[in-house]
Amino acid sequence: MTEKIPLYKDLLKGLWRENPVLFQVLGMCPTLAVTTKAVFGLSMGMATSFVLISSSIIVSIFRCLIPNQVRIATYTVIIATFVTIADLFLKASFPDISRSLGPYVPLIVVNCIILGRAEAFASKNNPARALFDAVGMGVGFTLSLILLGTIRELLGYGSIFGYEILKNGFEPWVIMILPPGAFITLGLMVGLFNMINKKSSKKKVC
Amino acid sequence: MELIFIFLAAAITNNFVLTYFLGICPFIGVSNKIESAIGMGLAVTFVMTLTSIVAWLINTHLLIRFDLPFLEYVSFILVIASLVQIVEMFVRKVSPQLYRALGIYLPLITTNCAILGLALFMVLRGYDLIKSVVFGFGAGCGFTLALVIMAGIREELEFADIPEPLKGAGITLILAGLLALAFMGFGGLISS
Repeated sequence: MTEKIPLYKDLLKGLWRENPVLFQVLGMCPTLAVTTKAVFGLSMGMATSFVLISSSIIVSIFRCLIPNQVRIATYTVIIATFVTIADLFLKASFPDISRSLGPYVPLIVVNCIILGRAEAFASKNNPARALFDAVGMGVGFTLSLILLGTIRELLGYGSIFGYEILKNGFEPWVIMILPPGAFITLGLMVGLFNMINKKSSKKKVC
Repeated sequence: MELIFIFLAAAITNNFVLTYFLGICPFIGVSNKIESAIGMGLAVTFVMTLTSIVAWLINTHLLIRFDLPFLEYVSFILVIASLVQIVEMFVRKVSPQLYRALGIYLPLITTNCAILGLALFMVLRGYDLIKSVVFGFGAGCGFTLALVIMAGIREELEFADIPEPLKGAGITLILAGLLALAFMGFGGLISS
């Protein structure tokens, strides 16, 4: 804690180096379940980011007041409260999206990314750093969800964000919008991520 | 008859792990060895069955009666967390042997999305008490089944020649995809 780390580093590490989905392989249920279309990935990512940012700030502000023994229960209640807010907001403003996401919005409560950041980062750092860390993680999560959603939508429906891209003579790969497609695409994405990282780390050595 | 369908649907055709993507974290984390997979599966089945009872009672007799639907998530997650704690203390007192087998997996269950997902699906589908229990037990069995199969494959996988970047999470996800494909074959079993 004595060493001074610039705030932008807290922000950037969530985007690539410690990307919650591709590097830490956390928060898998929403990642795989809702990414049949890019727009669902985007809305899920934004809902999760909202909960992540708000709960990180609250946890960080109250970090000295929360007794150590009940900290996990306290974090969970804080997170559940924000999830309820996000869920009610989605239901009121975007009923269609809320219906398609179904029970996966309330399941943000048990998204390991949020509890993980609360426990590993927000409870040990001041609100400003917690905010930057949460924004970075949230954006990293959202981006990987959009990427996965785009790949699956393009191959499964032939469109991106609802705009038809592949029209004539393209037979949609139904498997991509079914569960196996989600697992396999994400598996390959994680593999690709490792491959790129390995190459860049090798360069640094040379 | 309907109860059998609910059980089969929860355990096989709509397997929680492979079609609803619930409980993926332990599915990837604890599926290295068959023994630990069985331990985790048993612990989850046990807690799931209990959760279905308690969540149903709370939902029907507190949340609906006093018109507090916005407290659903907060109360469910608290119920699950305290249930896991109680089960852990109970098992430690009553059967130290079982505790040694399940002990380390119990605390992990609180953040297992499958349990909260179970409670939410149960409410969403409007099951009564008996259906909820059958649903919970079936989902637990399905989770155990998927976990044990996965562990069996991964034990063999240690001797396989996997491309370097895919080692670990990558290959596990692809395997899960193939497993999900296989489970889709059961889809025609129940027409709902």
